Amino acid sequence: MTATPLTDAGFRVSLQVDIPSDVAYIERVVDLVRHPCAELSYNKHHLALNVPVALSEALSNAILRGNHEDPRKRVRVRADVDGFRLVVEISDEGDRFDLDAKTRDATEIENLEREDGRGLFLMRKLMDGVERFDASNDSDTGNVVRLTLVRA
Amino acid sequence: MSFSIKKQGEIVVVDVEGQLIVGNRQELKQKVLDELERGEKKFLIDFAQTGYIDSSGLGVLVSLSKKIREQGGELRLANLNDDLRTLFELTKLDTLFQISDTRDRALSSF
Repeated sequence: MTATPLTDAGFRVSLQVDIPSDVAYIERVVDLVRHPCAELSYNKHHLALNVPVALSEALSNAILRGNHEDPRKRVRVRADVDGFRLVVEISDEGDRFDLDAKTRDATEIENLEREDGRGLFLMRKLMDGVERFDASNDSDTGNVVRLTLVRA
Repeated sequence: MSFSIKKQGEIVVVDVEGQLIVGNRQELKQKVLDELERGEKKFLIDFAQTGYIDSSGLGVLVSLSKKIREQGGELRLANLNDDLRTLFELTKLDTLFQISDTRDRALSSF
């Protein structure tokens, strides 16, 4: 009897992680999201660069700029991974912001020696899609940042 | 993730093991600034054992580079793998730093 080869078609991983507003959790969340991507043989550059860096940026924005490290506020991460794409949504409880207005070209000469301001720029360089939505809740605060990476 | 510092001749060599990210960048900054305070002028940061670097980590490198230059010193980088090199190229920080392929080349470039 010959074994049926395993296929990635139809294989899908969904996960949800809630973390306190503390940057110490970032590395663990990155590992949790990266694992199913590795399982689905995403390419090594996606695993070593695109996913960890873009996700770290989104998480640190949510924790530091969105929730201001307020221990009463949480960051929620939902990830869906399949053989075609990775979609991650990072939700915070902070003031709403304009993604385009906040993105600065880090390669402009006047920005090159700045210590900050590369986060959104890198997310957009490393992901196929970066979107921001208002969080659906009863208050007028909260952001959802959605990162999409198409499997190469 | 950790940072180890040792002297090689008159050069302070820092090895970055694991990630250089928002959660630990301050530790690297303080360690290098402590050495600068002691009068050290030549610094090499070796990324041979580094996983990934986020924008905060890049920001700390930029900040250290400026502070070291202000004190008349030099900061050089070595052993960026393909992905880390891509990160530096995307942000054009490859134009700001002197980057060597190997530790030996970096050490002999001072």
